[in-house]
Amino acid sequence: MLYAIFCYSCEDVVGAWTSAEDAAVMSRLAIVEQKLAVTGRLGPVARLLPTTTAVTLRKGREVLVIDGPFAETREQLLGFYVVDCDGLEQAIDAARELAMANPGAGAYEIRPIGLYRPVAVRTVLGGAMKRFGA
Amino acid sequence: MSEMASMGGAGMDGAWIDAALTAARPQAVAALLRYFRDLDTAEEAFQDACLRALKAWPKNGPPRDPTAWLILVGRNAALDGVRKRSKSAPLPSEELISDLDDAEAALADRLDGEHYRDDVLRLLFICCHPDLPATQQVAVALRIVSGLSVRQIARAFLVSEAAMEQRITRAKARIGAGDVPFDTPGPLERAERLNAVAAMVYLIFNEGYSASGEAVQAKGSLCDEAIRLARLLLRLFQGEPEVMGLTALLLLQHARAPARFDAEGAVVLLEDQDRGLWNRRMITEGLALIDKAVRHRRPGPYLVQAAIAAEHARAERAQDTSWARIDLLYGDLEQLAPSPVVSLNRAVAVSKVAGPEAALAMIEPLAPRLSGYFHFFGLKGGLLLQLGRREEARAAFDQAIALANTAAEASHIRLHLDRLMTDGAAAEK
Repeated sequence: MLYAIFCYSCEDVVGAWTSAEDAAVMSRLAIVEQKLAVTGRLGPVARLLPTTTAVTLRKGREVLVIDGPFAETREQLLGFYVVDCDGLEQAIDAARELAMANPGAGAYEIRPIGLYRPVAVRTVLGGAMKRFGA
Repeated sequence: MSEMASMGGAGMDGAWIDAALTAARPQAVAALLRYFRDLDTAEEAFQDACLRALKAWPKNGPPRDPTAWLILVGRNAALDGVRKRSKSAPLPSEELISDLDDAEAALADRLDGEHYRDDVLRLLFICCHPDLPATQQVAVALRIVSGLSVRQIARAFLVSEAAMEQRITRAKARIGAGDVPFDTPGPLERAERLNAVAAMVYLIFNEGYSASGEAVQAKGSLCDEAIRLARLLLRLFQGEPEVMGLTALLLLQHARAPARFDAEGAVVLLEDQDRGLWNRRMITEGLALIDKAVRHRRPGPYLVQAAIAAEHARAERAQDTSWARIDLLYGDLEQLAPSPVVSLNRAVAVSKVAGPEAALAMIEPLAPRLSGYFHFFGLKGGLLLQLGRREEARAAFDQAIALANTAAEASHIRLHLDRLMTDGAAAEK
C-alpha cells in the first residue's frame, strides 16, 4: 500500500527559524528519508512555498480564482497532482481542466513547490522504481 | 505536539519556543493593544505571557495555537495587575480563566476574522506616525512589532544602547500623545494605512540592505525582519498585488545578499556577482509572487520594481540580462512613481541598450536635482570613462567619493580612479 504523509505546522513559526535552525531540521529529516530510501520505500518529497504564494480555484457554476490558500474546514483533502508548468497561468489552466472534468463543489489549491526530490531510483532493493512507476 | 517538538532527544527545545514567540508577537501585541488601548500595557502583558510560556510549554507541550494562548494569558496577567492596583475594576469572566482550552479555541476562531487583520495593521500603522522621522519609525517598529531588543536595534543603527533607549522612549511618548485610531477603518482608510505600512516595511529593509562593511552583520537581520513583516501583511491582505510586489521585491533583492560583498567586505557589483551564491529559494518565492500579482493587471511601483529585480534573477549570467525589458520596466516606473533616482537607474539600462552617449544625455538634466547624490556621479564617471573622456570622468569620480555614504562605496570608486591613473600612466609611456 502506498501512503501519502502530509506535513502540517504553523508557517509563521517555521518562517521565524534562523537559516541554521532550518538547515538543522532539514538534515534531521534527511536521515529519516534516507532510511526509507535505501529500502526502496520513499516516493517523491516536496517542500511547498509559503501559503502566501498560493491561489485557489473554487469550483461552482463558474470557476473562481482566489488569492491565498484553501481555507475552508468543511472539505477534506482527497488527492493531489504535481504538474510541471511554465508559470502560474499554465498551472491554473491545468486546474481549470480538472475542474471541468470533475465539476460541482470543491476547490483546487495551487502552490508552487520550493524543493522537490523525485523518487530515489538508486536504492538498495530497487523496489522504488517498480512501486512508483519510475 | 508539533513535529519539531517531538524530534530529537531535546524534546521541545528553546529554539522552537523562541521561534513561536517571535512569530506570535505582532499578532499578540496587536490584539492586546486593542484590548488595553495602551501600548506599554500591551507590551508588558505580552512579555508576561512569554515568561509564562517559557515555564508552561516545556512541561505541557506547546498549545494548539500559540498566538491565542499568549493573548489570553497576557490579557489575564495584565487584568490581574489592574485588579491589584484598583480593587473596583471588573473581574475577568470566570470561564476565561478556568477553562483555558475552550477559550483558546474560541479565540483562535475569532483571530481569523477581519478584527484581527485590522489589529495588526493598526499596530504597524501607529509606528508610521507622520511626526516621526523615518529612522525612528523603523526603530519603533523593530522594537514594538518585531520585538528586537534595544541593544540589537542600537547595534543596527550604530548608536549606543542608552541613546537608542531614549530615542525609542521619546518616539513612543509621541505615539501615545497622538490619537491612536481604534475605530475599524473604512476601505479607503484601510488602503491608506496599508500604503504607509508597506512603505515602512520597505524602509526597514533598506536600513538593512544599505549596510556595508562592519554593519552588514548587525544590520543584515533587518532584511529578514522586513521580509517576515511583508509575509505577515500578505497573509492578512491576500488579494493585494502591491503587497505581493513588495514581498517579491524584498525576497529577490535579499536573495543576492551572499554575493554582494567579497571576503574583504568590498562591494561586488551586480554584473560581477557569483550568481551561484544567490538564494534560489527566495528567488523562486519572489518569482511565484510576481506571477500571482501580475494576474491583477494593475501594476504598482513595488510590483514593477520586483519585476526589474526578477529580470536580474532570471539571467543566469550577467550578459544574459534583458536590458531592453528592464528599460521598459523603468519606463513604467517613471510613470507610476516619477523621481530623478528612477530616471538615473533607467539610464543604466539605456547605456546597455543604446550606449553610454544616450545614457549621458539622459542623466544631464537630472544634475540639478541629484547634485548631492553619490550614485549620480558614480554613473556619470562610468559613462564618461566608457566614452574615453578621462578628465571629466576623473572629476565625476572625485565628486562621487566626496559624497560616498560608506567606506565601501568610496573604495569602490577609488578602484575606478586607480585604474584611470594606471591606464593614464601606461598611455603616457
